[in-house]
Amino acid sequence: MTDHERRGTKLGVGESRAGAIGLGVAAWAVAMLWIFPIAWTVFTSFKTEQDASSQTLHHGLSFHRYSDVSHSTVGTLALRTAFTNSLVVVLVSTVVVMLLALPAAYALAIRPVAKWRDVLFFFISVKFLPVVASIFPIYVYAEKWNLIGTRQILVILYIAINLPLAIWMMRSFFMEVPRELIEASEIDGTSLFNQLRSVIIPIAAPGIAATALLCVIFAWNEYFYAIQLNFAGASTMPQWVIGNVSTRGNFLAKLSAASIIACLPVVLAGWAAQKRMIRGLSMGAIK
Amino acid sequence: MTAADATLTRSGTRKGSVRDPFSSPWRRRLPLLPALLFTIVVTQLPFLVSIYYSFTNLKDRTQSLIPEPTKFVGFDNYRAIFNDPFFRQAMWTSVKMTVFAVGLSLFFGTLFAVLLDRRFHGQGLVRTLLITPFLLMPVVAALIWKQQMFSSLFGILNRVLQFLGLNSVAFISDHPLASIVTVLVWQWTPFMMLIMLAGLQSQPSDILEAAAVDGATPFGIFRQLTLPHLRRYLELGALLGSIYIVQAFDAIDVMTGGGPGSTNVPYFVYQESLGGGFRYGSASAYAIVVVIFAIIIATFALRVLSGLLKDEDRV
Repeated sequence: MTDHERRGTKLGVGESRAGAIGLGVAAWAVAMLWIFPIAWTVFTSFKTEQDASSQTLHHGLSFHRYSDVSHSTVGTLALRTAFTNSLVVVLVSTVVVMLLALPAAYALAIRPVAKWRDVLFFFISVKFLPVVASIFPIYVYAEKWNLIGTRQILVILYIAINLPLAIWMMRSFFMEVPRELIEASEIDGTSLFNQLRSVIIPIAAPGIAATALLCVIFAWNEYFYAIQLNFAGASTMPQWVIGNVSTRGNFLAKLSAASIIACLPVVLAGWAAQKRMIRGLSMGAIK
Repeated sequence: MTAADATLTRSGTRKGSVRDPFSSPWRRRLPLLPALLFTIVVTQLPFLVSIYYSFTNLKDRTQSLIPEPTKFVGFDNYRAIFNDPFFRQAMWTSVKMTVFAVGLSLFFGTLFAVLLDRRFHGQGLVRTLLITPFLLMPVVAALIWKQQMFSSLFGILNRVLQFLGLNSVAFISDHPLASIVTVLVWQWTPFMMLIMLAGLQSQPSDILEAAAVDGATPFGIFRQLTLPHLRRYLELGALLGSIYIVQAFDAIDVMTGGGPGSTNVPYFVYQESLGGGFRYGSASAYAIVVVIFAIIIATFALRVLSGLLKDEDRV
């Protein structure tokens, strides 16, 4: 959705000009308030450690902290290792989620199975189960099958946590596809695969992108499973950030730099896709 | 077109015929099965194993000096739960944490969405700034607030209090729940804002204009037209928000590492088992009790969703 497509005029319904300016200023004020902790962290990440811990600015700003954290190895965990692990786990799990969710959403929306409502409820009810309720059996079997400290176990679990949401959202997007188009392709006798590829996916693309993005965000930021099952060589970015917290000496500037590095990929992706995400949420949520 | 495609095509044109194994209803179910099977195996089976563990006295062998054999203890673990004041405290903390975090982030999210749903200078940039906290790692969000905002050593908030001539406050140690709720609200307000923004943008503008022509005040329009329209979005936001917030773990682990006032139920179960207690049997029993509560809450939540789906049928 582009800006000029947006509903709304310069003045809202029944608004005075002074009121409009006031509300605009208020919007800016809350944005400043909400971004402040992040802006402050970015600022701190460019300081020296002495300046950071005393909240002063005597030694100027530089990128030194960024090169410090990206070259030093936290314990045994280097940035490059953690980043690669996160990237692989997030991409593989998201791709598999989409591959599983696309046909499932088809079977819940386009040509619904008999008890589609029950199936949908089952998927969403899975999200209500506290992850702690099943972490211990997962740990036991992961240990038995030598999956502790591997990327595979995280891929499997991240598919499981994202799949219900993906099916739920995707079903809603598929409901948006005009029935006539689907019926037309059915009369032509198109296969499921071709129907998905040539009719449904192009129309539902913005929603599919929004869904994939949410899966990426949740997987990239996941911490609980990562620390429970993955303390060895396959550690991911959240663990790397935590590793920069030190009990000795000043670490605030380095920690800030590490935080920015860890969050930047997802934040940039989120910024780029925010309009789609709003559209995705509105369509995905209710429709 | 491959051979497989061709087969599917032929069966597709003959839909409704019973002889074909891929005709409905199995042909309809087939695309659903991989996702369904995967979800059952990865989420439901471990849960069944948890139920089994909850009736045993399973402990981590490496953690106890005298390893005792695992045996069935019947409902002992469950009986112990109801006499455990710490568990009751954790339940209460969970309720407070979820209600305050969801309620406040819905409130701020709606407010911000209303501010954003109008044209003004820099609208896109303001929206971008506002959604950013939601994109952060929860671990990083908690660290930022702990080390840079709340900290009594380097925290900005105490600097501000000092500047105003007020006494400094040990935010995290004296107000652990409020500190954690603050971080959760900060992160989840943008999410709620996105949902409410979607709701506002789906509102037909001609009705609003008609109301304005009829002389309704902006506040009156908001209360009588916009709020009822937003009801479903509010419900959805509350539902999705509570699913995630009730399971909050990262913020607690990073900011307080548990303790009175900030240990919620997930963190409690974690401390009982992998987090240091290593009493897997009783931890599983706690987990099962949590699941029972979750099912009760989910039943209400699903009724809300069911309402959403019914509305959809009408459309």
